[in-house]
Amino acid sequence: MSAAAAPAAAPPDPLLVRVTGVVKEFATRSASPFRRERLQAVAGVSFGLRRGETLGLVGETGCGKSTLARCIVRLHELTAGELLFDGADLSRATQSELRPFRRRMQMVFQDPYGSLNPRRRVGSIIGDPFAIHDVAAGRERMRLVQVLMDLVGLNPEHYNRFPAEFSGGQRQRIAIARALALRPELVVCDEPVSALDVSIQAQILNLLVDLQRELGLTYLFISHDLAVVRHVSDRVAVMYLGRIVELAPAGLLYASARHPYTAALLAAVPAFEPGARSRRAPLVLAGDPPSPLEALRGCRFHARCPRAQARCRAEEPALESRVGDDPGHLTACHFPLADGEAPGPATGSGA
Amino acid sequence: MPAPAAAGVRLLDVRDLAVSFRTPDGIVEAVRGLSFGLDPGRTLGLVGESGSGKSVATAALVGLAPGAQVTGLALYLGRDLLTLPAEELRAVRGRGVAMIFQSPMTSLHPLYPVGWQIVEMIRAHEPVPTRQARARAIELLGHVGIPRAERRVDDYPHQYSGGMLQRAMIAMAIALRPRILVADEPTTALDVSVQAQILRLLAGLQRELGMAMILITHDLGVAAETADEMLVMYAGRALEQATTPDLFARPSHPYTRALLRSRPRLDAAVARLTPVPGQPPSLIALPAGCPFRPRCAEAVERCAKTPPLVAIGGDEGHDAACWLVGEGTA
Repeated sequence: MSAAAAPAAAPPDPLLVRVTGVVKEFATRSASPFRRERLQAVAGVSFGLRRGETLGLVGETGCGKSTLARCIVRLHELTAGELLFDGADLSRATQSELRPFRRRMQMVFQDPYGSLNPRRRVGSIIGDPFAIHDVAAGRERMRLVQVLMDLVGLNPEHYNRFPAEFSGGQRQRIAIARALALRPELVVCDEPVSALDVSIQAQILNLLVDLQRELGLTYLFISHDLAVVRHVSDRVAVMYLGRIVELAPAGLLYASARHPYTAALLAAVPAFEPGARSRRAPLVLAGDPPSPLEALRGCRFHARCPRAQARCRAEEPALESRVGDDPGHLTACHFPLADGEAPGPATGSGA
Repeated sequence: MPAPAAAGVRLLDVRDLAVSFRTPDGIVEAVRGLSFGLDPGRTLGLVGESGSGKSVATAALVGLAPGAQVTGLALYLGRDLLTLPAEELRAVRGRGVAMIFQSPMTSLHPLYPVGWQIVEMIRAHEPVPTRQARARAIELLGHVGIPRAERRVDDYPHQYSGGMLQRAMIAMAIALRPRILVADEPTTALDVSVQAQILRLLAGLQRELGMAMILITHDLGVAAETADEMLVMYAGRALEQATTPDLFARPSHPYTRALLRSRPRLDAAVARLTPVPGQPPSLIALPAGCPFRPRCAEAVERCAKTPPLVAIGGDEGHDAACWLVGEGTA
């Protein structure tokens, strides 16, 4: 299997992953044992992941971005909706049916301290996937592990060390090596640099970009850091309360955001410019995002949106391409922003 | 520029502060030779990565670094905090220097209502009846933007969101109208939208109360927006010190420049990031010379000797600790 560095044959579908109307609900404890409350973390999401691209997924805490990612690699069962991986329907697949697909999809987590067993040697941690999937054993496994360590920029001679002997950045390299062991096609990166020092983040981001080019990986890249997401992503999806509110090629999204929520998020990022705060447009995002437990009608953002009108409270906008926009630029908003418009109240007639 | 507290006496004047810890592996020199001053209404940004000593330096000033060996001078309105008796230092911690920390989730006691904790804090420093302290707690919570404060005052910490908890921490910190607020990574655990709200709140309170602020952060963007002056720390030392506009206009120390270069930008796509190579050093048995030397692309033989923090040519009050700065090389 070690020769299969790239996907075997040219596949007919340009999309590696297709999700349609995916919903994920969790049961929550409620005050009364007779009333079951459901929390809808992902509330009907559809998009495709192209082979070899990086799709960035951004949004505030609790918007459902991590839950969506876990649904895609089927660490969660889907409540509703369809998930296709390389054409195969995994929406209702059982654990044993999923097994052959597991090696093709991997995850890298935020916390390189919590995701590595401190009592095991690094070589055996990275070698786990070979053992689990019965790929290689003994000297051959050790050789493959050392190739991986070299690939991610670790010294292969440190094979017998424990995680505690490595710094945060090196630990994240270990986690990446483990994720890449079986040559996956899809790697879901959930905040992979958020726990790292600023001076180390760029090392890991460059590594991820290099590995993608070298191995033809497809990334779903989750982060709350909008600058990091812009740097690594081909396209970016913005989530709010379980829904994608805007999806566009990275450059377009950052230069001409259409959804007021996207624009407000971008405006909240500190600029690398002294005194930028005083020049900044008035703050739009007041308060906290509403709880996904509350019943929601209409656009999910309407309660915090400065442009909201009666229609926004009644009718949920669809995620679609707007007239005059790039066909790849999808927005779910009744009153999207024009180029260069600040996310204030809609002026003029407004759609 | 606001006038100093009294003629010639600065609000806070720290000189040659050193903090070290004895550990089984050796002596950790967490902070060495740190000097800075603070005037009312001003904000100093202490910027650095984890282990740079930025948090422990301020904690040591007010006696909150247990087990630490602290030397140097820390004059608060002319009195040295490092030699103050415990009782007086406790008073300074209430009315003089208040602190808010990175994780509001662990800074409040989970089993007591938020308001109760503020009331206790007020009553620990002022002889006021509980009723009166409670009324003040409600007023403070309202002031920092907690909606329906008169009802939320009896909520437990888990009933607050992360942003609301940080607001409650700020309410507690400003309750005694401190002269200095130390904010240690106050927004790191928060979303950018909430971060912007909290930074705005802090700036507003600062204007209103005339507080000085020490903002400890690893985020150059947050510091750029908030601080009047900045001090860049690395391995326990100050490597560069300047007014914020100067620092961004003329970053002079190779470390500062490397940090600025390594960040992806929101407003422009770059093909490839320029990382700072290597790892931050261990603080045990730090080699002599410039601490950034092993990672510095411009290091020369002379860097084996520790460079002093000296004024660089041109800008008023712009210091850097690098042999190459000011020679035209950097």
